[in-house]
Amino acid sequence: MRIRITFTKTGALRYIGHLDLNTIWERSTRRAGLPLAYSQGFHPQPKIHLASALPLGFSSRCEVLDMRLNEDMPLGELPARLQTAMPSGLEILKVEAVDEHAPALQTQVLSAEYEISLPGSLDEAWLEGRIEEILSDEHLPRERRGKKYDLRPLIEEIGIISGNRIFMRLSAREGATGRPDEVLDALGISQDGTHTERTRLLFQQ
Amino acid sequence: MLTPIEIQIRLERILLKVEKPGRYAGGELNITVKDWDSIRTRVAFVFPDIYDIGVSNVGLKILYDEVNRRNDALAERAYAPWTDMEARMRENGIPLYTLESKRPLAGFDLIGFSLPYETLYTNTLNILDLAGIPVRSRDRTDGHPIIIAGGHAATNPEPMHAFIDAFVIGEGEEVIHDVINAIQAHGTRAEKLTALAGIPGVYVPKFYEVHYLEDGTVSHVGTLMEGIANPVVKRIVAHLPPPPTSFIVPNIETVHNRVSVEIMRGCTRGCRFCQAGMITRPVRERGVDDIVDAAEAAINATGFEELALLSLSSSDFSYVVELVNKVSERFKGRKLTISLPSLRIESVSVDLMDKLREHYSGGFTLAPEAATERMRRIINKFIPDEEIINTTREIYRRGWTTIKLYFMIGHPSETLEDVQAIADLCKRVITEGRKVAGMKVKLNAGVSTFVPKPQTPFQWVSVDRRENIIAKQDLLRRELRDRNIKLSWTEPDDSLLEAWLTRGDRRMAEVIYTAWSNGAKFDAWNDHNKYEVWQAAFAEHGLDSDFYTYRQRRTDEVFPWDHISAAVRKNFLFQDFRQSLEGRIRVDCRLNCFACGILPAFANVRRENPGEVWKCPEVKSPKSNYQASPSAVQLPVVGD
Repeated sequence: MRIRITFTKTGALRYIGHLDLNTIWERSTRRAGLPLAYSQGFHPQPKIHLASALPLGFSSRCEVLDMRLNEDMPLGELPARLQTAMPSGLEILKVEAVDEHAPALQTQVLSAEYEISLPGSLDEAWLEGRIEEILSDEHLPRERRGKKYDLRPLIEEIGIISGNRIFMRLSAREGATGRPDEVLDALGISQDGTHTERTRLLFQQ
Repeated sequence: MLTPIEIQIRLERILLKVEKPGRYAGGELNITVKDWDSIRTRVAFVFPDIYDIGVSNVGLKILYDEVNRRNDALAERAYAPWTDMEARMRENGIPLYTLESKRPLAGFDLIGFSLPYETLYTNTLNILDLAGIPVRSRDRTDGHPIIIAGGHAATNPEPMHAFIDAFVIGEGEEVIHDVINAIQAHGTRAEKLTALAGIPGVYVPKFYEVHYLEDGTVSHVGTLMEGIANPVVKRIVAHLPPPPTSFIVPNIETVHNRVSVEIMRGCTRGCRFCQAGMITRPVRERGVDDIVDAAEAAINATGFEELALLSLSSSDFSYVVELVNKVSERFKGRKLTISLPSLRIESVSVDLMDKLREHYSGGFTLAPEAATERMRRIINKFIPDEEIINTTREIYRRGWTTIKLYFMIGHPSETLEDVQAIADLCKRVITEGRKVAGMKVKLNAGVSTFVPKPQTPFQWVSVDRRENIIAKQDLLRRELRDRNIKLSWTEPDDSLLEAWLTRGDRRMAEVIYTAWSNGAKFDAWNDHNKYEVWQAAFAEHGLDSDFYTYRQRRTDEVFPWDHISAAVRKNFLFQDFRQSLEGRIRVDCRLNCFACGILPAFANVRRENPGEVWKCPEVKSPKSNYQASPSAVQLPVVGD
């Protein structure tokens, strides 16, 4: 049975990275007594696949993963069973059954939306100007971990929610993922004291 | 004092700038968070090493549960922040806080440090300082928490006497309640400490005074208050209480991600180098069903992928075969690694591990400790070469490719020939293994350096000299060049640091303070070892580190820890030391009581709790098995 789980990642779990989150899921599933499926081979891996890695420090209202179970389970009881086995900061929002032969979840992610809270208010006119400048550029050459790349094509939308809250939709395709902190930096806004939350993942239909 | 919210806000500013922020964020599964305001006594337990090591500590978990079971007390946890985090905390004015409620340590009533090894001393000072609590006991006032400590290093509490208000000697399960009750019943700090000093097994250093001889050794220790114990005898529990099952599950990868179930406490083997074997007597076992049920409950409560069945000597557990059968039956088909460490070197051990095969990954670990008959007699761990070869050959033959062998160098009177024998034995193990399993067989030889410990038969001996240790390690590196033998060893400077701390006296407190002030911390970590800093600290206080390390103690010497008793008589230890000099073996004391002193010291405890759990034999007449032998092994005579 293949299931798709939508969940939040908040609180202390913001400081937990992608690999550790995988382990948390593996152990939680075991605690919930679900028959988690493993890959074959010398080092069997649990069949848990997160849609898109969430950078350390970000919270999320919309994380999604696919998981395979060795037996069919009544879908209705899964959310409650999983929730009781979860550490605080991880809330199960939805559990759905997925066609076994549907394409891998990670290949279906198109983009991700974020809301960034800033520690103080910015001059909205200045911010609007900066956003316009960036969006009118054809290229935004940047360097991350020693690799040069173009940030501009990864930005789909930037908007102002209020003087201290910014919205963005960035590409989240495999191999073409935009990072909100990079966009902030390009805008000329310091990361210090900011809080980024992923609010939505968009998939191919 | 900062509120939890203020601390949280400051933390959010720094956590993304440090390595592994999950260490400092809390929120793990199975923690207990109680309502602060409605609880009378608040206890913080501290493991003074990083989270990755401390979070899985079973001793602190036992105490955490003991305290949290009370309606009138709560327990929370803290660990030593790594250097990057410490720097950020100091920069941002964040005091050390507990992970559960993010409250400053200084706001608790009681802080309990676990001190399993001496290299955590400087970290302990650092943590007090980072918590904004005066590092020295005498500088604390009524508004400060009471600082207690326990663990194996408290076997000799003296080097830390200036910093810890009260030490708990021995097992903590019952005494922690006595400590909390005493704190609740008294108002001022002075009253509390006085009350603590009256609890059996609790040592409050300020009520004891040490007198020294001219040569720097101890003359005697006097008490400064009527009616307090001298010596302070350790506490034990008659029965091991049910083991913890709701282990805290870290959100990040740590050193031990596992369920640990203690199957037995104590050891009857009597290896003379082993402090744990001397100070955790008597042997008490848990029932097989209790162990298996607890293991299953803990696996279910944590989702951990590993189960460790802990004891000092698994093979000696009376029902080890039954235990292994039941464990393998209960967890059949479940994805779980099971470890049963400290097995004896005998073919039965291979059979035991074979039964756990489905749950076993990795190598097979055995600890011969020494490689010549003479050395094995001296340390009282007598395993003939043939037994080792037969066992290791059988392990390889049954399909394990890697064996880990533990040895120690620097045993009393050890020569280069004894060390050469370690290399020869390793080579022979590999050669014999290849005969049955081919060229793929591997051997990991872990060779640590022996450090004489308080309350052991070797508390009288000198540490092997640094230059000898270096020569011995060079020999091993030269001899063990086979690409399938992997050699590991302890850095000589690390061993020396441990050596002078473990048998230190009260004067060492100032050395520790100075070393810490000058930057020593995380002394158990190679990259933080500041040998020069320590030597300078000795010099500053007019002390010589050689006094604590390279000195054969007089036979009549009063040790700095003699007023602390693990209930094993000094006379017994001395007799055993003499037997060592004569190369005489003492058998497993389940078979033959050698009158170590445990039974008379705890006669009442045993009488109140009849049953099979204690493994001391019934003693009819107090008859010593010691007979002086003229054909002694040639060793330096003590006291020369």
